[in-house]
Amino acid sequence: MNHMPAILVLAPLSGAFFSGLAAWIKPSFSYYIALAATLLSGVAATCVLGDVMAAGTVQYRMAGWAPPMGIELRIDSLNAMVLVLISAIAFLNLVASVRSVDREIPDRAPSFYVMYQLFVVGLLGVTATGDLFNLYVLIEITSLTSYTMIALGEEGRSHLAALNYIFIGVIGASFYLLGVGYLYITTGSLNMQDVAVILKQIPGSSSAVLTAFVLCILGVWIKMALFPLHVWLPNAYAFAPVGFARVVAPLMTKVMVYVMVRLMITVFGLDYVFNTLHLADIVVWLGVIAILAGAFMALFQTDLRKMLTYIIVCEIGYMVGGAWLGNTLGMAGAILHILNDALMTFALFLALGNIVYVRKQVAFSNLQGLFATMPWTMAGLVLAALSIIGVPPTCGFFSKWYLVLGAFEAGAYHFAAALIISSLVCAVLFFKVFEICFFEPMATSHGHHDYGGVVMTEAPVSMLVPLGLVSTAIVAAGVYAGTIVNTLILPFLQ
Amino acid sequence: MTELVGLIVAKYNFWLYIILMMIGLYAMIAKNNLMKKLVGMNIFQTAIILFYVSIGYKHGATLPIIQGDHGGHGTHGAVIHAAEYINPLPHVLMLTAIVVSVATFGVAMALCVRVYRRYQTLEEDELRIRLSEK
Repeated sequence: MNHMPAILVLAPLSGAFFSGLAAWIKPSFSYYIALAATLLSGVAATCVLGDVMAAGTVQYRMAGWAPPMGIELRIDSLNAMVLVLISAIAFLNLVASVRSVDREIPDRAPSFYVMYQLFVVGLLGVTATGDLFNLYVLIEITSLTSYTMIALGEEGRSHLAALNYIFIGVIGASFYLLGVGYLYITTGSLNMQDVAVILKQIPGSSSAVLTAFVLCILGVWIKMALFPLHVWLPNAYAFAPVGFARVVAPLMTKVMVYVMVRLMITVFGLDYVFNTLHLADIVVWLGVIAILAGAFMALFQTDLRKMLTYIIVCEIGYMVGGAWLGNTLGMAGAILHILNDALMTFALFLALGNIVYVRKQVAFSNLQGLFATMPWTMAGLVLAALSIIGVPPTCGFFSKWYLVLGAFEAGAYHFAAALIISSLVCAVLFFKVFEICFFEPMATSHGHHDYGGVVMTEAPVSMLVPLGLVSTAIVAAGVYAGTIVNTLILPFLQ
Repeated sequence: MTELVGLIVAKYNFWLYIILMMIGLYAMIAKNNLMKKLVGMNIFQTAIILFYVSIGYKHGATLPIIQGDHGGHGTHGAVIHAAEYINPLPHVLMLTAIVVSVATFGVAMALCVRVYRRYQTLEEDELRIRLSEK
């Protein structure tokens, strides 16, 4: 039996254990162990992706117990893609963030790396598992570790933000757990495939299944910060330490979108979601409201970090709306956007982290002259911003293209309009930032003479290389968007 | 009216968990003190744990320990009827859920301590004033 799916999840788990131990010998060991563990799970994820593309769905029985009794890791082309994405971002962020972790939380760096790896375990497990209750436990592992890491940020405010996140996050996870309870009452099983088979045999619309569906989806929406349920996100991500904000912003919400897609397609079945229930129109409207609300709230921010967190809220609307359009194009667009949005948000937050590292503050009034002093970082930021806006060679354009096509096919013109309006608002947002960075003169606070030229104060190489790699990935994912859709997403949807 | 009473009595475990859950949710939304909110959160989680425990129960069933079969492995003795035993699986699941809720509660209390040290209060309205002062 091929053990790669288990190694994928267990590498960061044992890494977390040994990181904690090694910190007693020398604190810096914990970082190297974390690096090795995430690299190992990245290699394992790539191997699994190769297996899935060669031989179809990989099923791994944990400890040899056969499903539906035992817990199963079930990896098909959809979650193989998400697994590679998670482990790659986790690894690159570790490379990029070591300097800023050393600066922001020098005394608690080992505990940060332990929690970081547990967080990655949670995300990878949520994506890989084929068991509904296991999914709940792993969501809670992810959430618990993020509460602790958010609280490592700015004194006072970050603790309050983390507490708010706990209150709302617990409600979300509990709703999901209740939904699983109703599914268990109806089907007597917790394995996703098994539940799906039994649900198909239940004729008509059972109110227990409807309750289960509504509770599960509501719980996942709270965790992914869909618009009216988003209140925890901006503060939590804005006050967290940069090293963590960079990994949680691209991954957490996107993994929850993946869970929603998985529940809709694999567990309840698209036939049930769209033909038996008549919720799709309402949810597409919710997506539209989330897109517009996120975009307009971003307009009123005067801090680059806060602005980016509202853009996440806006992007969640794209994926939820797209997944609920009820056609293959919309669903393919939503899944492609999981990949693309993770890359774009990661690039934005990498650039943000570099600016924070050099300038300390990222309020708009602190951003003057950035193009001159940090040209490489700004190049990355511009590319990521173009991708968020949706300019063709970058990947953001292609997922929006699929979403708009899906919206027209479904006749949801309001969704297409919201997509275009939000692109325009994003263009306004980013060009406002670029204007400050490019044209406004540098404040000479020290009273020094301007020596004619500007001194470059670029971030260290270890922070620039990951940004460069992700920028390349943004363009590559755009150029190969058709290949990704045809080889990974469409086979899964059929 | 009698139908409604019948419905409530027949499914009383569902009604009880919903009432408990709403008490918890009310505390989380309406209370001003962070500690009281935490207590509400714990009631909320406990309601769901009780719900799970109650769905494993069967009328006239006993503990899921196989009786009258010492030493053998089910080859001797009577055939085991699942209906005679309470379903243990929801209870086992809840062991994990209890661990999760205890861990969440612990992290939240630790955060409350940090907030109190920084602002000398756990009342939300006072915290809001302190935050806007800066």
